[in-house]
Parts: sequence; structure tokens; C-alpha cells
Amino acid sequence: MRHLLNPLDFSVEEIHQLLDLASDIEHHLPKYAHVCDGKKIATLFYEPSTRTRLSFESAMLSLGGSVLGFSSADSSSAAKGESVADTIRIISCYADICAMRHPKEGAPLVAATHSSIPVINAGDGGHQHPTQTLTDLMTIRSLLGRLSGMTVGLCGDLKFGRTVHSLINALVRYPDIRFVLISPPELRVPEYIREDVLKAKNIEFKEVGNLDEAMPELDILYMTRVQKERFFNEEDYIRLKDCYILDKAKMKLAKENMFVLHPLPRVNEISVEVDNDPRAAYFRQVQYGVYVRMALIMTLLEVEKPC
Amino acid sequence: MLNISGLKEGIVLDHIQAGKSLDIYYHLGLDKLECQVAIIKNAKSSKMGRKDIIKIEGDLNSLDLKVLGYIDHNITVNVIRDNTIVEKKSLKLPKKITNVIHCKNPRCITSIEQELPDVFYLSDEKTETYRCLYCEEKYGK
Repeated sequence: MRHLLNPLDFSVEEIHQLLDLASDIEHHLPKYAHVCDGKKIATLFYEPSTRTRLSFESAMLSLGGSVLGFSSADSSSAAKGESVADTIRIISCYADICAMRHPKEGAPLVAATHSSIPVINAGDGGHQHPTQTLTDLMTIRSLLGRLSGMTVGLCGDLKFGRTVHSLINALVRYPDIRFVLISPPELRVPEYIREDVLKAKNIEFKEVGNLDEAMPELDILYMTRVQKERFFNEEDYIRLKDCYILDKAKMKLAKENMFVLHPLPRVNEISVEVDNDPRAAYFRQVQYGVYVRMALIMTLLEVEKPC
Repeated sequence: MLNISGLKEGIVLDHIQAGKSLDIYYHLGLDKLECQVAIIKNAKSSKMGRKDIIKIEGDLNSLDLKVLGYIDHNITVNVIRDNTIVEKKSLKLPKKITNVIHCKNPRCITSIEQELPDVFYLSDEKTETYRCLYCEEKYGK
């Protein structure tokens, strides 16, 4: 039995196979409609995330399976003080696979240790968000046709943005990847990403504060939201929340074949005037997210690909 | 000059960084043992200038030397039998340590589920960096 806690739990080859399966699902959706008949996914969301939860639920329903779960800690036994370990032991009796989001970092690892069903980390605090990474990889591969030889700009909250950390970890395994890390000084990538991942693997990167200057060299621009829930101090949040706003003027500085991704929800870091630009790929990214989660559920449940 | 009698059977932890002996005493759980323990602080050392030494009497197979490796892998462990050093154990940085240090990250799951074991793994041998197994936060010694 396998879990997905970290994007690195899957090898490059396994990710390749998963993305191939997701791509096949995208192009032949009806043939997958019953591959998970009788299977159930439990979505254990200890903090609100409508988007990710619905993506998992949509994925399982599209495979013919069913869903159960909770969408906030208040409506679960956690409110009564039940541990993650106990909760997962119970859920293992109710479902065949589970997706867990938890505000505390490492909670899905604790769950996986005590679980008899596959556990998918659907985001743990500011730590990892591997299914968003798989979504990002699928989006990039579908749009550019490759996962190597590109300059990726990551912009906004690079300190608390777990999607950013996971994406960096995943992309450094492909050849000829270069990063431009665009953030205010307070929201730079954590030291362990800079030292243990980028520097340790000799990955070319630079940290800059100006988005305009970075735009012309990017193949992918990954925008992120400054997340209020990650700040202990509201003053800091207010000061930093609008530090980057992508608008039409900035898009004019970019290559014609550059694409903009965003894990969503967007607040105002991407102006709505950018939405109709063919390079704005963040809504297509959401659809890819469902396909890749379908492929992931099938893979972890060891469901065979239909003929 | 302070005289402390020799050991017939036991362990001598030598070359402890001066001032660290009490930390080691508690980390090794020596306060819970019934045997005789001598702590020598600020002993003169040609190699270190000043050093601490701990002498522990008895058969101490259960002593967790991994903890010692984490605290200071330069410590020398001398095993004594019949008043003679029969073995010198070298210490290594342990790959994993459990329930020795506690994660300080307020976002870590261990901050709310305190019955979880505190597990840290060695993420970089060169810099002697340990990270929390759960949240991967670096632990500063």
C-alpha cells in the first residue's frame, strides 16, 4: 500500500506514468466512468478548502466511486480532542482511500503511519501540497509539452506558500530548470529550500524583488496569494498582501508562449483583465487538477487502466 | 587536586565539552539509575584546555549512545572491565533520534499532539543538521 505525502514519494518515472494516465483520462473520460464503482474516498479536511476538497470529490465521482468526509475541524471528532491517529484508524473502516488537509505540518504523515488505507496529503500547513504539484506538473507538461529546459518564475508568498515549496522540490528533478524567485524580503523561500534543495543540487536560481524585470525571461509564471491564515500578525499581512499584481501591462513584457499558473483562489494578485489572455492558464489548471487526482486515486487503489 | 577513585567495571565518558556534563547526565537518564556516577567538571585537558568527564559504574548495555552521538560525537566512550579499558567506542551522528529534542515549530503536528514521539532525522551530515520528521523544520542546537 502506498501513500502520497510529499511530491518526492513518486519517482520521476512514476510521475511520468501518472501524468500519462491523467492525460488519457482527459482525452477518454467516459471509459473511466466506472473503474472505481463501489469504492469510497474520505475527504478529511481539518481546515476549509472548498476547491481541493471538491476536486477530490469530483475526481472520485467521475470514476464511479462515492465520497464521505468533513470539511472543517469543528464538524469532526478533532473538536472533541480526538488524535489524528485515532481518526484515521476509524476512517480506515469506512473508506478505501482518504485525502487529508490539516493546518498542522506532518499530520498526514501521522495518519499514514496508523492507516490501513492509502493517505493522500491534501495540504498540511505551510509544508507540502503534493496533489497541487501534480496538477502544476500536468498543466506545465500539457501547455509546454515538456518538464525540462525552462525558466520558472515563482512570485508572491514564497515563504509560507506550500505549493511553491512542493513545485520546486518536484521540478529540480528535471534537467535544465532555472528558477526566478520573486518576492518581498519577508516572504523569501525558506532557508531549507534555498540551501538543501536549490544550492545542494546546483540548480540555477536568483531571488529578485521586481516582477517587471523578471517577466521577459520566464516560460512559466507561477503566481501565489499572500495567505492571511499563515500570518500571526495582521499588520504584516496587510503590509504585504498587495505586493505584486499581475496586469495587462506586465503581461506585455512576457514572452508570447509564456503561461501564467496560480494554485487559486486568487484575491487580487492577478487582475481580472488578464483572464482573457490566452497565456492565462489558471482555470485550465483547475480542470487538469481533477484529471490528475483521478489518475492518483486509480494508482493508489491499484485500479487497472480500462482497455 | 580532586581524587576520584578508579572504576572496576563501567563506562567513562571522556572529552566532554566543558560545561556539558549535566546535559548529558539528564539526556542519558543517569539520574534514574541506582549506580554510582561521578561527574568531573572543568578537568584540565591538554587537547581541550578544559573538559568534563563522567564515570558510570556497572554494566551499562542499555545506555543509549545514539543520544550521546547527537549531543557531541567527539566524546570518547571507554568501557572498563577489571580496572582496565577494554574497548573505546567511537560515536557517530545518529541518522535518527527519538524523544531527545522537541520541535519548536508552532505549526508542527507535535505542537498539538504531544503524545507523538519527537523524531528527528539527520538531513545534512556536514552541517550536522537535524530536521523534524513531521514538519521538516530544522532544529537549532
